[in-house]
Amino acid sequence: MHPLEELRDAYAEARADDSFQREFETLLREYVGRPTPVTFAERLTRYLGGAQVYLKREDLNHTGAHKINNALGQILLARRMGKRRIIAETGAGQHGVATATVCAMTGMQCVVYMGTEDMRRQALNVFRMRLLGADVVGVEAGSRTLKDAINEALRDWVTNVTDTHYLLGSVLGPHPYPMMVRDFQSVIGHEARAQMIERCDRLPDYLIACVGGGSNAMGLFYAFLNDANVKMIGVEAGGRGLSLGEHAARFLDEGGGSIGVLQGTRSYVLQDDRGQIALTHSISAGLDYPSVGPEHAHLHDRGRVEYVSASDQEALAAFQLLTRLEGIIPALESAHAIAHLAKLAPHLSKDEIILVNLSGRGDKDVNTVAELFSREPIGAKN
Amino acid sequence: MTRITRKFELLRHEARKAFIPYITAGDPDLKTTEDLILALDEAGADVIELGVPFSDPMADGPVIQRASERALKNRIGVADILPIVERVRRSSDVPILLFSYFNPLLQFAREDLGLRLKEVGVDGVLVTDLIPEEATDFVAEIRQAGLDTVFLVAPTSTDDRIKLIAEYSSGFIYLVARTGVTGLRENISAEVRSIVERVRRYSPLPIAVGFGISKPEHIREVWSYADGAVVGSRLVLEIEKNLGSPLLVESVARLARELIER
Repeated sequence: MHPLEELRDAYAEARADDSFQREFETLLREYVGRPTPVTFAERLTRYLGGAQVYLKREDLNHTGAHKINNALGQILLARRMGKRRIIAETGAGQHGVATATVCAMTGMQCVVYMGTEDMRRQALNVFRMRLLGADVVGVEAGSRTLKDAINEALRDWVTNVTDTHYLLGSVLGPHPYPMMVRDFQSVIGHEARAQMIERCDRLPDYLIACVGGGSNAMGLFYAFLNDANVKMIGVEAGGRGLSLGEHAARFLDEGGGSIGVLQGTRSYVLQDDRGQIALTHSISAGLDYPSVGPEHAHLHDRGRVEYVSASDQEALAAFQLLTRLEGIIPALESAHAIAHLAKLAPHLSKDEIILVNLSGRGDKDVNTVAELFSREPIGAKN
Repeated sequence: MTRITRKFELLRHEARKAFIPYITAGDPDLKTTEDLILALDEAGADVIELGVPFSDPMADGPVIQRASERALKNRIGVADILPIVERVRRSSDVPILLFSYFNPLLQFAREDLGLRLKEVGVDGVLVTDLIPEEATDFVAEIRQAGLDTVFLVAPTSTDDRIKLIAEYSSGFIYLVARTGVTGLRENISAEVRSIVERVRRYSPLPIAVGFGISKPEHIREVWSYADGAVVGSRLVLEIEKNLGSPLLVESVARLARELIER
């Protein structure tokens, strides 16, 4: 508990400190490459034949995903707290790469925990992290995915509390993480809101983002929460079926999660009747997690955000669709958001606007996709 | 007065210290757990910590993680464990402290948890991942049923934190001997004694020390300044070494006797 209190106090101070915020903003601009653009997806819009589609291009960030926003914010905080050693968990490897990157930039020691199943799926990112000087530690426990990597990172943290900062990658875990990670990611929505007003002279009618832990979605949604006319949709991993163990759709009405406590957070959790955490499945490592950020649970219960799911197959089809029509290879995580877009847009009128958060690029996934396509080719149409 | 408090009072009168073994319920199966509790009672256990296996034991080192995995092969939860306690109570009065992560308890009973634990003969609950700040309702409910609530003090706990933990604890206070997870260690940090003294400033409750205690000399050292010693991973390792052997229970009980040599 003591390290969490220390972190809470340090973050409260940093949050109110102009010089901290200025340094963060400068590095977002000069190191990460922000602001990321909003792109009008012209051919995709025409193909879907309904609403106009815009993409918030988090894939264009340095390291290829939104994860760097939070990694940068936390590394500045860790440095301010006098920490020398950084640990992180990673699922898809994007957060691990972002963490290894900011550690290299600041000269910090970096250890990344990663489930061995994810290391297999995301071999390219494992190599990138090692190139950047990080020590990537494989985790064999449980489902060998994100949840188990978080357990191992927590064990490391409680063992090495004095010199170590745990750079948690999503809006998960105990307070202050969900709030702090949301704050660092909220730059996505603040930019997008201003960009949409400038480009279209109005706000979008819909926001769509994929939800694993939920950091890219919180980052986009947060700036729009008070815009009552903007509808928001979070897309979870529907995996390969609706029974427990086959998906990571915590908000599913039947076969979904129920309120539980995991890794210091009370939220919706996929679990059995004994309170044991269920195994999950998703084609995308970044969405393969049995719980979800507590603020999403709150937005769900308030009815402010609608949560839906897209299956592995739908995400794969969307992956190909965006690649062929727009020349943008999305991360498999972001492809879930595109998959829902493909379901929704045709039902809307041509003057309605949908903004999709393209949270990351798909370079890391080409091997996975190549493997799947060689088994059963999938057409671009659903 | 709970069985746990009564036991510590008795020990104080006799100028003795507590031996508190930990085992994971259902490792390797529920019947063996029942036999182990009775055998440990006979071997000199003063309180037994009965672990509820959990799929994500983030406060545990590899030994107890493996115990959880073995137990969960049979898909068990709190509801499956309580009948063991009920059967043990027919022949034993050894105090039993349920040692659990929060989620299995939450799913077992959202209401009347204390009463349901009390009626089978559980004496107290320690929830590894429940912090006092979030525990007000939980503690009220468990205490109302007449059970103890035990919380963990860490070496990094500030004085304010120790005060808070003391306020929420009953039966005894569990002092974690080092930062980190459960598991075997070569030495007990010299720092532990001074933390015990700090805790005494804020609470009259007995103090038991655990995490890393695995040798007779560790136990004697802890007994020289605290009121009890918890041994977990060392005993669980003995279970693991004897998996499949008809001598499992006997081996674990023999180890317990060797550890306390009294």
